Amino acid sequence: MTEIFTAIFLLAGGALILLAAVGIVRMPDLYTRMQPATKAATLGVGSILMGVAVFFGDLSVTTRALAAAAFVVLTAPVAAHMIARAGYFVGVPLWPGSVANELRGRYDPVTHECLSHAAGEPPEEKGGHA
Amino acid sequence: MNPHDSTLLGWVIPLVAGMMVVALFLAFFRLIRGPSLPDRVVALDLTALIVVASIALYEIWTNEPVLLDAAIVLALVAFLGTVAFARYLERGATR
Repeated sequence: MTEIFTAIFLLAGGALILLAAVGIVRMPDLYTRMQPATKAATLGVGSILMGVAVFFGDLSVTTRALAAAAFVVLTAPVAAHMIARAGYFVGVPLWPGSVANELRGRYDPVTHECLSHAAGEPPEEKGGHA
Repeated sequence: MNPHDSTLLGWVIPLVAGMMVVALFLAFFRLIRGPSLPDRVVALDLTALIVVASIALYEIWTNEPVLLDAAIVLALVAFLGTVAFARYLERGATR
C-alpha cells in the first residue's frame, strides 16, 4: 500500500516538473514563463517530497519532508514576485499577444512605488471594482 | 523497506529520474538561450527545484533519509539567490 501511494506521488511530481520544464521552453515571454516555473514546479516538488514522507513513514523523516515542502510552497511565490517586479523595471517586453497590462503607468520609476491609479489619469471612483 | 525489492518502485523511480534529466536539459536550454537576465534567473530557480526533487528521489532509491537535509539547504540557498538577483536587478543593473 505504501509503495502504491509513493509511486503515485512520484509519478505525479515527475510529470508536473517535466511539464514545468516544457513550459519554460515553450512560453513566449518572461511573465508567462514564470507560470510553469513556479506553480507547476512547486506542486511537483511538493508531491515528490510527499512521496518521501509516505515512503519512510518515520516521524522525523516525515516532519522534515513536510517542512521542506512547506518551505518551497512558501518561498516560491515570493521569489517569483520579486523576479517579475525586477523584470518589469528592467523593461523586459511583454509578449505582443498580451491583452492587458494593468501595471502600465502605475509604477513610479524613481521610487518604485506602486500607485493605485495610472499617472496622468484621475483616481478611480470609490466603490468601483479594484 | 528497500525500493530495489519492490517491482513497482523498481521501475517508477528510474522513470521519474529520466523525467528529471529531461527537465534539467530543458531548463538549461532556457538558461543558455536567455534572452534577458530575469529569464535566466527563472531558469536557474527551476533548475534548483528540479535538483531538490532529484535529491528526494535518490533518497528513496538509496534508502538514506539523511539526504533530506541537503534538499532543504539547497531550497533555502536557491531562494536566497533568486531574491539577491531580483534586488540586484531592481537596483539598476545594466542587464
